[in-house]
Amino acid sequence: MSTPEYYIADYCTIRHHKVYRNGSCTYTAPSSMPLKEFTKGVYSTLEIQYPKFYKMDTLSKLGFLATEILVEKQQLPVETALVIANSAASLDTDRKHQASIVDPTNFYPSPATFVYTLPNIMLGEISIRHQLKSENAFWISEQFDAQWITSYAQLLLQSHKAEKIICGWVDLDTDKYDVFLALISKQGKHPFTAATLNKLYVEH
Amino acid sequence: MSRQAYLVADTIVSPLGFSTSENLESLRNHQTGITAVHDPTLWADTFYAARIQNDQLQAAWQQIATNTDLTKLEKMMLLAVCKLAKENPSLDLTTAKIIIATTKGNIDALATAHPEKAYLHNLAKQLQNFLALPATPLVVSNACISGGLAIAVAKRMIQAAQCDDVVVIGGDILSSFTTSGFFSFQAVSPQACKPFCKHRSGVSLGEAAAALWVSATHSTTNESVVALTGDATANDANHISGPSRTGEGLYISIQKALDEANLMSDQIDYISAHGTATPFNDEMEAIAFNRAGVATAPVNSLKGYYGHTLGASALIETIIAKHALLENELIASLGFQELGVSQPLAIITSYQKQSLQRVLKTASGFGGCNVALVLEKIKV
Repeated sequence: MSTPEYYIADYCTIRHHKVYRNGSCTYTAPSSMPLKEFTKGVYSTLEIQYPKFYKMDTLSKLGFLATEILVEKQQLPVETALVIANSAASLDTDRKHQASIVDPTNFYPSPATFVYTLPNIMLGEISIRHQLKSENAFWISEQFDAQWITSYAQLLLQSHKAEKIICGWVDLDTDKYDVFLALISKQGKHPFTAATLNKLYVEH
Repeated sequence: MSRQAYLVADTIVSPLGFSTSENLESLRNHQTGITAVHDPTLWADTFYAARIQNDQLQAAWQQIATNTDLTKLEKMMLLAVCKLAKENPSLDLTTAKIIIATTKGNIDALATAHPEKAYLHNLAKQLQNFLALPATPLVVSNACISGGLAIAVAKRMIQAAQCDDVVVIGGDILSSFTTSGFFSFQAVSPQACKPFCKHRSGVSLGEAAAALWVSATHSTTNESVVALTGDATANDANHISGPSRTGEGLYISIQKALDEANLMSDQIDYISAHGTATPFNDEMEAIAFNRAGVATAPVNSLKGYYGHTLGASALIETIIAKHALLENELIASLGFQELGVSQPLAIITSYQKQSLQRVLKTASGFGGCNVALVLEKIKV
């Protein structure tokens, strides 16, 4: 039995207030623009009506936007797994929740914030948007670990636990962010290997 | 796929004791770790939670090391893994893959002079340094299914021959961070939690750590061994903080895990449920179990003993399920009085001996994630 080959079908990078799809820059904003404004700007280019977007925390917004840009109008199979990693987990929102409980005389924890104190909520948001009923796995490493992401994604594909995979890196730490997602499928230009994934990650 | 993933050995560090055997003894005696907690650093009023006493942890810690620069969670996790290594001389932590499963890690560090400890990769590095591991452990943080997902990953890595041994280390602590969050959701029970009961009104939180050795081989001298024969995870694709009304993701996970194990739904002898005791979660599980045709099997939730230990919960519950299989015993679902879900469930109301071959372990979490694991007893 030969092992089916998988490819990086599409990839998307959001970095330094620029958006790239398959290597081409599709959107750019001044580097002085606050991150909140930037995410709003990217959202407006999508020309979609998705009011849930405005309720998301910034980490989820970044993951949501990159996925929209990555898949465009493609219909993803229900068995598309999400394998995403980052360095700061949900610390950006964690700090907001922490600020709301630090002073007993000004104590205002909010369920709307608390729910986003989990990095995998982003995966839930993407699953809801694209009706994916497959695996979500959120991994943490100090830097993008193309080796592990590739090896784990291959494990899911080879064992038929997923048909396609969106994998990559969505990190946010205060105002520092770094986003790279790839869609893995049976068709594509770039063979799905750790070396290729890493090469595309550092492209911009 | 001929390679098996065996659950070889384990340790639990919880308010019920610092070894699996002490934990099992408490469970058999219907003894809970949940008590009234008066600690304004966690919550202004008295609340019910399962807490590891710092002096007891410190006493146990001093028997293995003198380091004082480690956090409570790090000590709990290291105590579990060091005990596991000591009791199993054939386990080589330097060649095994290590997976850390945690929901919030050292989140209490945000309120200290060392907020950098809250980075989960720093937790991984602390464990790596202490254990002198050549590689930084992997870290999975997938809400309340983290521990169960890590076990599924261990199984897949072993079956695909990526490695022969995986050690899953899971843990989470009680903190003002999570306590205030669950209170803000109005999801905390005013007494010890009551999973699946008509009188349930929310979770009790808890803290615990555990370590589990999953291996391609076993050297047991007992007559049976427990293998993981099915696993699956699925998202509800429905809501980020509320479970699906149809139990969709959990139902899919159970179906797929049974398929992989090549089992019919009526071959499950016991279900170790998630059972957080929130009104919506327990109802969702009852619907999913009935849809999947497994609801006639005896079922329990261990949250009445441990509280909800977040990322550690599914790991601990899988360890207990493994021992239940080997010992042919069913642990009572503590806190349960009267069925409080819309679908029938066979809740275990008292400790009993019963012949068991196959267990289904499930967990669900925020973000709509679900996991199902099938454990089978195999004669050697």
